[in-house]
Amino acid sequence: MSPDNYVYLAAILFTIGTIGVMIRRNALVAFMSVELMLNAANLAMVAFALARGGLDGQVATFFVMVVAAAEVVVGLSIIITIYRTRRSTSVDAANLLKL
Amino acid sequence: MIGQEVTFWIVAPLMVLGALGLLFFRKAVYAALSMAFVMVNLAVLYASLNAMFLTFVQIIVYTGAIMMLFLFVLMLVGVDTPDSMVETLKGQKLAAWLAGIGMLGLIVFGIGAALQGGPNVGLDEANAAHGGNVESLAALIFGRYVFAFELTSALLITAAVGAMVLGQHARTRPKPTQRELADARMRDYAESGAHPGSLPNSGVLARHNSIATPALLPDGTISQASVSTTLAERGVIVDAPALSRNTAAVFDAVESGEAEEDDE
Repeated sequence: MSPDNYVYLAAILFTIGTIGVMIRRNALVAFMSVELMLNAANLAMVAFALARGGLDGQVATFFVMVVAAAEVVVGLSIIITIYRTRRSTSVDAANLLKL
Repeated sequence: MIGQEVTFWIVAPLMVLGALGLLFFRKAVYAALSMAFVMVNLAVLYASLNAMFLTFVQIIVYTGAIMMLFLFVLMLVGVDTPDSMVETLKGQKLAAWLAGIGMLGLIVFGIGAALQGGPNVGLDEANAAHGGNVESLAALIFGRYVFAFELTSALLITAAVGAMVLGQHARTRPKPTQRELADARMRDYAESGAHPGSLPNSGVLARHNSIATPALLPDGTISQASVSTTLAERGVIVDAPALSRNTAAVFDAVESGEAEEDDE
């Protein structure tokens, strides 16, 4: 099976993630959409690794997962910090820099 | 190879459905669960793509650690705060959909066209080079990519320290010591006559001894200090005088019955 279908699936998932970041108000759900985009990129890389016959794509996916884990930890603690002061996880609530 | 195709056509629609759930579920917990579903399905796809190591890392790191962290935070900030559907920017949602569909078209027609007729080698040879998928990956990670691997340790430590710094909140006033608390209690006693000892227990009546039962004072009134103010505000305090009146009535009945027996 050629990698095309996997790449198309990855493109669809990436697009859904992008739309999720743009339309969801809850910071946690928007953050999950970012995770979906990372996962879509991972899927494309694993599919390419299979097509090219090298494992470098899988190694890259492994590093993306490590970075995603670190990113989630910091991102969630930022959301918690905002929640503590604003009592809300809505991205509209963080508007102190607005004129 | 036929198995790979069957897996793909079963798993791919499920993944798209789960991802759409992320967009359309109003409640954040449902969105998190559909995201976990997408991630498990992605692990299945990895398995069909000859990436056994990543299959397990996907399940352990993504569904096991990251999604559970999301769920913990969701529970921490309160699960029943639904997404507000008020548009802060007018027409933003429509614009987001249009931009998303435009981007999908760009990726599919742009990159997809470039992909047509690309190589399709398969991983059998690369996996077999060092004995298996995990061994071959290890040879790459600890060989060609060892510097990147070392750098991830710095990244993870920074992330852990950052989370601890962000998670800790500074005290606005110093924590009172036991000595200061005792002094404050005695000062209250001297100034306002507040009892310095522990508060009275909740009431223990014949049929009730829950913490919502106030204790009765010797004169039959209830002691406000014996029940939590939170319970009092919610209005769930048991009416102790009424209960004790019941008991008194039963006692009266028993005593009068005994009196009648004595008469006989």
